[in-house]
Order: sequence, then C-alpha cells, then structure tokens
Amino acid sequence: MIKVKKRWVILVGVVAVLAISYLYLRTVNIPVLEPKGIIADKEFRLLLIVTGIMLIIVIPVFVLLFYILYRYRDSNNKKTKYSPDWDHSRIIEGIWWTVPSLMILVLSIITWRATYALNPYRPIASKNPPLVVQVVSLQWKWLFIYPKENVASVNRLVIPVNTPIHFYLTSDAPMNSFWVPQLSGQIYSMPGTRTQLYIMTNQKGVYNGWSANISGAGFAGMMFKTQATSLANYTSWINKTRKSSPILTLSSYNRLSKPSSYVKPRYYSYPSANLFNDIILKYRVPNFSYRKVV
Amino acid sequence: MIMGTIFASFWLGKLNLKALPPNYIQMGGAVMILSILLGLLLFITVTKKWKWLYREWLTTQDPKKIGVMYILVALGMLLRGGADVALLRTQQSISVGHNMGILSASHFQQIVSAHGTIMIFFVAMGLMFGIINLIVPLQIGARDVAFPFLNATSFWLFFAGMILVNASLVLGDFAATGWLAYPPLSELRYSPTVGVDYWIWSLEIAGVGSLMAGINFIVTILKMRVKGMSFMKMPMFVWSVLGSMFLVAFAFPILTVCLTLLALDRDLGTHFFTAGGGGNMMMYVNLIWAWGHPEVYILVLPSFGIFSEIVATFSRKRLFGYTSMVWAIAAIVLLSFTVWLHHFFTMGAGSNVNGFFGIMTMIIAIPTGVKIFNWLFTMYRGKIKMDSPMLWFIGFVVIFTIGGMAGVLMAVPPIDFQLHNSLFLIAHFHMMIVGGVLFGDFAGISYWFPKIFGFKLNERLGRLVFWLWFIGFLVAFIPLYILGFMGATRRLDHYSAGLGWQALFIVAAIGTVLIGLGVGVQILQIVISVRDRKKLRDTTGDPWDGRSLEWSTPSPVPVYSFARLPHVTERDAFWVAKRHKIKDKSSYEDIVLPKNTPLSMVIGISAFATGFGIVWHIWWLAVVGLLSVVVTIIVRSMDEDTEYTIPASEVKKMDRQLRAEGGLR
Amino acid sequence: MSNPMPGVEIANTNKLIAKYDNETKTIFGFWVYIMTDCVLFASLFAVFAVLRNNTFGGPSGAQLFSLPYVLAETLVLLSSSFSCGLAVLSAQKRHKNHVIFWFLITFILGAIFLTLELNEFHKFIAMGDSWRRSGFLSSYFTLVATHGLHITIGLIWMAVMIGYIIKRGITDGVLKRIRLISLFWHFLDVVWIFIFTIVYLFGVLK
Repeated sequence: MIKVKKRWVILVGVVAVLAISYLYLRTVNIPVLEPKGIIADKEFRLLLIVTGIMLIIVIPVFVLLFYILYRYRDSNNKKTKYSPDWDHSRIIEGIWWTVPSLMILVLSIITWRATYALNPYRPIASKNPPLVVQVVSLQWKWLFIYPKENVASVNRLVIPVNTPIHFYLTSDAPMNSFWVPQLSGQIYSMPGTRTQLYIMTNQKGVYNGWSANISGAGFAGMMFKTQATSLANYTSWINKTRKSSPILTLSSYNRLSKPSSYVKPRYYSYPSANLFNDIILKYRVPNFSYRKVV
Repeated sequence: MIMGTIFASFWLGKLNLKALPPNYIQMGGAVMILSILLGLLLFITVTKKWKWLYREWLTTQDPKKIGVMYILVALGMLLRGGADVALLRTQQSISVGHNMGILSASHFQQIVSAHGTIMIFFVAMGLMFGIINLIVPLQIGARDVAFPFLNATSFWLFFAGMILVNASLVLGDFAATGWLAYPPLSELRYSPTVGVDYWIWSLEIAGVGSLMAGINFIVTILKMRVKGMSFMKMPMFVWSVLGSMFLVAFAFPILTVCLTLLALDRDLGTHFFTAGGGGNMMMYVNLIWAWGHPEVYILVLPSFGIFSEIVATFSRKRLFGYTSMVWAIAAIVLLSFTVWLHHFFTMGAGSNVNGFFGIMTMIIAIPTGVKIFNWLFTMYRGKIKMDSPMLWFIGFVVIFTIGGMAGVLMAVPPIDFQLHNSLFLIAHFHMMIVGGVLFGDFAGISYWFPKIFGFKLNERLGRLVFWLWFIGFLVAFIPLYILGFMGATRRLDHYSAGLGWQALFIVAAIGTVLIGLGVGVQILQIVISVRDRKKLRDTTGDPWDGRSLEWSTPSPVPVYSFARLPHVTERDAFWVAKRHKIKDKSSYEDIVLPKNTPLSMVIGISAFATGFGIVWHIWWLAVVGLLSVVVTIIVRSMDEDTEYTIPASEVKKMDRQLRAEGGLR
Repeated sequence: MSNPMPGVEIANTNKLIAKYDNETKTIFGFWVYIMTDCVLFASLFAVFAVLRNNTFGGPSGAQLFSLPYVLAETLVLLSSSFSCGLAVLSAQKRHKNHVIFWFLITFILGAIFLTLELNEFHKFIAMGDSWRRSGFLSSYFTLVATHGLHITIGLIWMAVMIGYIIKRGITDGVLKRIRLISLFWHFLDVVWIFIFTIVYLFGVLK
C-alpha cells in the first residue's frame, strides 16, 4: 500500500516539474529553437528530422530496457523462462547490426546533402545582391566593417532584411567563434586566416550574438546585438553614421584593438579600404606594416 | 643588488613572492590544499605509519596495490574537481547583469580549465587504470603484469603530474585557456604566466606514464594469459581493455608531440602554432583532437567492459552476443581515429571534409548501439538481481542513450554549427563521460570491492549514492541542454540579465549540490563499511556468484593471486567450474614475484622536479631531475636481484589456511 | 628492498628468474614501444609536411641543405647500424671481446653522426636561421633533433651496456638487452632514412 503511494508521489512530482519547466520556458527566448534567419531555420528543421529518426531506435531501447528489467527481475513471483546458456542468435544480432546501419545510412545521406546545402561559404540565392561585411574579433569586442559603405561599428551589427549578408571573418586576437544563433550557426574567426559566412533574414528584430570560443579574460563581455531592419532604415543608418562618426584611422584602430571588454556600441566612418586585409597580412608576412589610409 | 637578482633568478627562476595567491578566494584554495597535505603527513606521523606506508605501499610492485593507489588518488582528485564545480556553478548562478559574482574572470577560467584537466586525466584515467591494475591480471589468470617496475613507474608519473596540477593552486596560476588550451590563446603572447606551463607539464608527465601503462597492458594481455585462454575465451572486460590500451599506444604519442611543440613555442620561441611567424594554429587543433577523440574511447571502452561483466553476473546468464561485442570493440577502436575533425566543424573546412567526418562519427553509433542491445538481451531470460552495480548500469543506459542522441545530432555539421561550444555540448559530453565512464568505474568499484578488500560495501548507502548521483546528474545537466539552445556558450563567467538563463543555472547548481551529497554519502558508505567490515566480510571469495577467474581466488586476494594457476577450457571458466564441480587437481609450484623497490617513486619525484623546474624556468632543477631519472633507470637496470620466490610448500600452507578460514571449496 | 612477505624464505635461483622473465615478453613489449615511437615520429613528419612551406621570409630547405654533407651523415649512421648488427652476431656466439669491439665502433660512428648533425645545426644558427626564424625551421629543427635525441639516448644506453658486458660477460639477460638495443638502433636508422628522403631530398628537389 505504501509503495503505491510512493509511486504516485514520484509521478505527481515529475509531472509538476515538467509543467513548471514548460511554463517557464514559454516565457523566455530560445534562439536555436526559434530561428529567424533562413539558415538557422533550415538548421533547426534538420535538427528536428534527425532527432525524429533517432527516436526510432532510442524509444525501443528504453521500452526494452524497462520491460526486460521488470519481467526478468529475480524477485518476480511468476515463473519466467531462465536460459543461462542462451548466448547468441544470428537472427537477433543480425537485426541490430542491420537496423541501426540502415538508419545511419539514411542519416548519412541527409547529412551529406545538408552539409553541402548549408555550407557556410555557400552564397544564398536572392534577387538582392549580397551585402559584404568584414568582421574582426578583437580583445574582447567585435569590429564590423562595411567596406563598400565606408562605415564601421563595434559590437553592433545592423543589417537589412531580405538581403544576403556575406561575412568575411578574421581575428586580431586569439581564436573566437562568431555566433548569432537566431540567424545562423557559428564560424571561427582566426588570426591570419579568413573564414566566411552567409546569412539572410526576412524578419525585422534585434538578435543576440556571442563569441562561442574562449579568447581570454574578457571573453564573456563579447556579447553584441544584431539589428535586422528594413532596407530604407538600414540605408539611412549608414548615411547618418558615415556623416556623424569619427574616422577609423590607423591610430584609432590601434587604440581600439587594445584589450577591453563589455564595450558599448561605437561607430566609425571611412575605415581604410585595406584594413581588413592588412589585419590578415600582419600575421602572414614578416616585418609587416599597415598600408597608409588613402 | 644586481648580483642578488641574478643569484635569485638562477636558483628560483621566475619564482618569487608574486607567485603566491593574489586574493582571498585563491588564498583559500591554497590554504585548503596545503592543510590537507599537512593533515595527511601529520596523521601518518602520529599514527606511526610511515614505515608501513613505505614498505607496503610506496615501494610496492604489486598491481593489486598499485590499483588501489590509483583509485585513492583519483577519488581525492574527484573531490578537488568537485570543489571546482561548486565555485563555477556558484559564480554562474549569481554573476548576472550588474553583479559580477565572486570570482574574477581569469580565476573562473583557470578553474574551468583545471576542472576539465583534473577530471579527465586524474579522475577518469586514474579510476580506469586503477581498475585495470586490479582486475586484468586476475581475469587472465596472471600473477602480475608484464613489466611490474614499469607499471609502478607509470603510477608514480601519474602521481607526479597530479601533484604538479595541484601545485598551481599554491604557487602561480593555472591555464586560463580551457582544458585543451587552444593557441594562440595558450601562446606566450596571450598567456604570459606559468599557468599554461603547469598544464603542459603535468599532462606531459602523466601522459608518458599512461603511454607506458598502455604498452604494459597490451603485452600483459597478449602474452600472459593462463593456459587455455584463447582470445575468444577472454572475459569481455579484458577485450575492452585491450582495445583501450591499443588506443593509448596510438593516441598518446600524438599528445606528447602536441604538448611538446606548444612548450617549445612558449619556452624556445619556435613557431608551430603561433599567430604569425609561419605557425599554424589549426594544426594544433587537429593534433590535440587526433589524441582527444580516441581518449574518449580509451576511457569509455573499459567501462563498457565492466558493464559487460556486471550484466552477465547479475542476470546470471552468459553474455549475449560475445562475438558481436568483440567486433564492436574492434570497430570502435578503428573508427575512433577517423572522426577527430567533428570537434571543429566550425573551423571552415569544405563540405566534403565536414561531411566525411560527420558520417564517420555517426557510424560509430552502430557498434555502440549493438553493445547496448547485447546487454539488454543478456538480461532477457535471466534472473536479474538489482544490486547497486546493476543500478549503475541502468543509470548508464539511460544517460548514455540520451547523451548519444545528442552526440549524433552534433555529428551533423550544420546542426553542430548551432550547438558547438554551447552548453548543449557540455551536457552531451558530461553525459558520455559521467554517465558512461564514471558510472562504469563506480559500478566496477562496488562490484570488485569485496575481491580487493575482503568485505562488501554497505548496500543501502550504495543505493542512496546511486540515486543521488543519478537524479542530481539529470537535474544538473538537462538544464544545460536547454541553455545551449538558448545560446549560452561554455566557460562564461558572466552574462546579461534578461536572457532567462539564471533560473536554469540555479537549477543546474541544485543538481550539483545533489551530486555533492552523493559524494558525501559515498565517503560515508566507505567509512561505515570499514566499520562493519566483520559483518560485511566476504568469506567465499565469490560474493556475487561470479563468472570469471578473479572470483576463484580468496578475498582479499593474497599477494600471489593464484596459489595454483587455473585451467581454462571455456568462456566464463569459473562459472563452468562451479556448475560442473570441477576440482583443481594440479600441484603447487614455486611462485616468483617482484621485490619492492623505491626506484619507481624516485623516478616520479624526479619527473616532478623536472616539470616544476621547466614551469618556473629553474633550469638547474630541471637538469637535476632529468639526470636523476636517467641515473635511476641505469641503477635499476644494473640490479639483477629484483625478484623473490615463495616456495611451493609455503604456497600450499598459506592457500590451505586461507581457504579453511573462508570456507572456500 | 624489503620483503613484502615476512616469514617467507627467499630462494633466488637463476633458473626461476629465467622462467619468470621470459625473453619473448620483453622483446614483444619493445616492439610495441617502437610502434608508439613510430606514431611519435609520424606526428612530427605530419607537422613538418604542414609547415614546410611556411618559411615566413626565411630560407627554404633548398637554400639551406647541402646534400653531400647529409649523405655523409647518412653513410656514417648506416655503417653504425651494420657494426651494430655484427655486435649482435658476435653476441650470439658469446664472443665477449668482439661484442665490445663492435659496440665501440658503433658508439664512435653514432657519436660522429651526432657531431655532424650538431655542426649542421650550429652552421644554420650562426647564419641567423635558427628555429625562431620560421615555422618551417621550427619543424625542421624539432624533427631532426628528436631523432638526434633518440641517438643520444642510444649512445648512453650503449655506453652502459659496454660497461655491463665488461663486468658481467654475456649472460642470457645481457644477450636479451643486446637484442633490444640493436632493435632500437636499426629503428633509428629507418627513421633517418625517412628524414633523409622527406626532409633533405624532397627539400632540395623542390
């Protein structure tokens, strides 16, 4: 009698915990599960598909585990079959070599296709031409350079909706990982190396971004906001920033790249056209000096 | 004045008063570790145990004792790693918005790195090698390992590495780079203190010890099996250890190279992984994971082996699908070297590279799944006794399956882009390493404890320990999956308010408290069991109705292990012998065993001196340490009197007496 | 060294030791060790392959290496392997003095090889092309010096062995160790062939 009660208490407890968790999680933002960019959206769908396929194997494992444990427990009063020497069966073993293999085969095909389709270097098809943004991770903030627009910003990314954004990334600091989970998956930024990433969103909004790779003491302070807005708003932001912000000279870049963290957004105009490439070259060429701003 | 400085820098290198802990919290760590050390020394002195300790333990060459020492060190380090977690989760629960918490960012990152390093190298590896030392020779019917001196030296190198990691609490700092210290962050330019050097040299020393142990056990298993034990008659644990040790032999040299190159970058100004100078940091990431991924399987394979033994014993049934299991191990061993790139899909490799490694990673799930099904069908039509080792097994299947699912998700590169380096990843690999490795080791310890010490552990407390660990673990790590989806990245010492993370971090912290309670009860369990050892005494040598050879010996196992070498004709030899009441009719013979020697310990101490010297640039100490290692090896090689013999008559007398006492057959 | 089993008499007969410490076990173990050392060198070769073009404005292999010099080094090491083989042959016939003679020759040749190598290093460093210069030179120095370090260990081992043979003659235990050291020495020879081909020959050809 007491045992039954105990079971009920546990059951009610588990249900209560699940309910509270559900109610709490409804109130907060879960970026990976609430994608707003087309890449993040595809990645999320893929996640659901793969999880679903795996459940085909995982659910039987759990059912079997508890069924067998319950039925063949030593304290079971009913007479169950006991065959201590039964230790192999080609058919049964064949099934669990084959079924998971087939499942993995299916998953492999999905993986192979998805890896190509969602390659971060793959341009996104759109009627609008892509906007190029150069990203430099510094100690410990993000510098975004809009080379064609002659604008640069720190810890604030402003992008137009419905336009593919083509990021080039490098680092003038240890390795970092650029990640705006609601828009797309992450990619490393590394000194002396250039990586790329395409994203696009059709929803206006403000999305959080982080560095996902430890890069020193101030790395927790590398959070930045990405604002996706209409093309018109974006253009007026560009024009305003170009007019009213200080020029990103070499010396101001050198000041900027000194370690600091939790940096408030800052804006610059007319960054050197060579700056991004020079930051890469600095690590690849001996006795390098920055080319003069023209 | 200048002369004085030169003098000091010769004798002390970079070491000076600034190396002492800079703030109260770090001071607390230093004081704690020092007082534990002093307390231990004092206790041994007061109880006058030095002589006993030296004779019975410090100089021993007996794998049964070396195994116990490994496990003791590992459990001590589990407490250290656990204390680290307490600080980490406290910080993450309160360091939100304007509150910066109790730890500085750099200190937090040091603790993160120390936690990972210690848990993998000094807890998981220590428990694994401990159990291997205790059980492998017994299961293959050998009285010793292939190279006893080498074996003891492996332990002492492990010990030296452990001391070096903990020395960083008192003098200087530890790496603030994460447990794998990616350059360029770990290069001199961004990490100028001795922290990374401590990391490098403690792992280098412990790693060489592991490599030697790997070679040792390969030879032991391949060359020292008792007559009649062909490969397909070996217990599954021995198979899994053989697989694991092959991985050690192939993976650890890569770690040695990788760490050495990083050290050269830092100390001699080479350009292997530097940003600039023609270095290539991506090569480091490749090298470290070419070791690091096999390392996961090095740890988990022996756990699989332990569970195979336990499931068969407690279901009182032969292990199902033995041949499948062996092939599964072989497949895992081979495949584990073909997946390392999945640790950095986000580094921008092409689609075909990422796709290939993604698929290889998924393929590993097949043999792993096969093993789980085989265990389930070992229980099918058995008579399952639910003792605590079996509870650990059930906990393992639940956690490992969930964690494995998360693993397959992350094997798909585009999904990994969204989960990499997030707390989702942290939850995944803790499920594999705690649920898979640690639960296996705990199961193994409670299963084999009576064999080694002669009495069982208290079962009621054992169950409580399991439930605290199991529930605590789920409470601590399920929120981390969600936090990962919410974009929380690993190693964050601070985050903004309004993200909704804090509540989940607090839940995770509560889980940690539950696990902490579990560890507390674990200690209590050992204390109470020692108190009640008379009542819990295992008089039969076979408390669980076991199947393999170790259960044919009296508990605790006498120094010679087997009075007469058993004869093996079948798998589960002891079970068969019991069922068919086969009596051993062979005669006793002289037994030759290795003599005790302090030289293994001397090598360990010298290695520590070398490591410490290099860390602090105290070059004379490094040279002295290295010379001491060389001289010790030469001295040992000159010694021809390294063994002693127990004559057959003596063996007979002792064996009769032990069996009469225990009422053994 | 204390006896862990007080009250048990120690009967130390050579026959039992020989039975216990069977030779195949040690030699097999040494092969496994050599396998791990192969992995170590393979990793270093891989590192070299990655960094060989990262000269960072410094000299390339083609500009630095002199093939005749390295060829001379190679021949010295190869002949040391030959004399090591002769030492083993004499050891099997238990010709103590022959063994000592051939090991001395091997030792001298090994020492000459090491001197040549160090001299080459010195030359490069004097020109300002040390391991600090570039990724390529870092990997070159490390790979070749790791081999050199193995040679050094081999030389120390050989010196100890010569003393040992002089003092104790050629017993079964000594014969086993002679086999091990020759295994080690031939292994280093093979590694050097790879270094000669991959580092020097390909370096100059390029």
